[in-house]
Amino acid sequence: MISDEVAYNGKVEGDVIVTKADAVINWIRSHSVWPMPMGLACCAIELMASAASRYDISRFGMEVMRFSPRQSDCMIVAGTVTYKMAEVVRRIYDQMGDPKWVVAMGACASTGGMYRSYAVMQGVDTIVPVDVYVSGCPPRPEALLDAMIKLQDKIGRESSLSNLRKPRGACAG
Amino acid sequence: MIDEEFNVALLEKHGFLSKRESIDCLTVDCPPDRLKELVLSLRDEDGFDMLVDLSGIDHGEDEEPRFSSVYHFYSLVRRGYLRVHVACPDNEKPVIPSISETFPAANWHEREAYDMFGVEFSGHPDLRRILMWDDYPYFPLRKEFPLAGIDTPLPADDVAEVTKASVEPAPMMGGPFVSAGEGPMSDSEPRALDESWTEESEKPQ
Repeated sequence: MISDEVAYNGKVEGDVIVTKADAVINWIRSHSVWPMPMGLACCAIELMASAASRYDISRFGMEVMRFSPRQSDCMIVAGTVTYKMAEVVRRIYDQMGDPKWVVAMGACASTGGMYRSYAVMQGVDTIVPVDVYVSGCPPRPEALLDAMIKLQDKIGRESSLSNLRKPRGACAG
Repeated sequence: MIDEEFNVALLEKHGFLSKRESIDCLTVDCPPDRLKELVLSLRDEDGFDMLVDLSGIDHGEDEEPRFSSVYHFYSLVRRGYLRVHVACPDNEKPVIPSISETFPAANWHEREAYDMFGVEFSGHPDLRRILMWDDYPYFPLRKEFPLAGIDTPLPADDVAEVTKASVEPAPMMGGPFVSAGEGPMSDSEPRALDESWTEESEKPQ
């Protein structure tokens, strides 16, 4: 006999699914990451490539790049953070609504990269809490996609419900 | 054409110029107080209609003169370059007249030279720093300034308070990090040239 059921059929009476609040919240959050491109140098070009058709970041549910911090929850710092720009990066981070995540894309954003100089901040984690670091100079789009999938895993492991009561955004470093 | 004849005529026309040794185009020394006059006549009479570059130079702490500024002019009519070198008479407070009135292109270049070397361009309409932030206390391309930088507060007080971050000297770890410039790309990526020392183990004497 061929089943005509197309949807989930819980064996509980009525349309009820039993799960954990964390699992639901994390599932929703991790599959609708709205990244904000903080494009500061050449990494931003690779970031654009990963959004375009060949690499297609939308396969993973995070194609909605928003250029307003108010509408996004993941800041992708793509490029060299100078001390002059650091203030701006932090202010934009502050304007993002909770919950929010940060990806440091490339050597410069992660550690200052090859710029050991008076003008360049040695890693954006000095001013914002970074969730995922991506190596490479610049990283290939696949590396960024891998990082975003890792970020999804990380979001999936969060204790979202209990975190609701905690203040967020404090810098770990 | 810029040929020997033109060079001689130019030096004769402006008696205050002196020729300077150069491997390519004609290079002249000009006293700062005659610079505006020279630039105006170069543009209006000699056909140098384009300011290609303007930069500062720090010749070294013990040199005399220590600071100078170099101008590259190009003539679209004559199809050639002219380099003008202007030395600052004062090493403590280097001042050169601004030429941004004659060549608006000089505006940002002069701001950059001021930002990096502390050379003041008198008469500039808006002489602010252009690369570093306004309150930055040093001139980073001066010879005595270390490449790694000097401890300085962040430009924004509130951000510095929240993040406890400040401008710190960058770790050199055997650097500076430069490219060898030759060989396959995998070997010529920027790296520390002298890898015998790091921040942990001292540089061998």
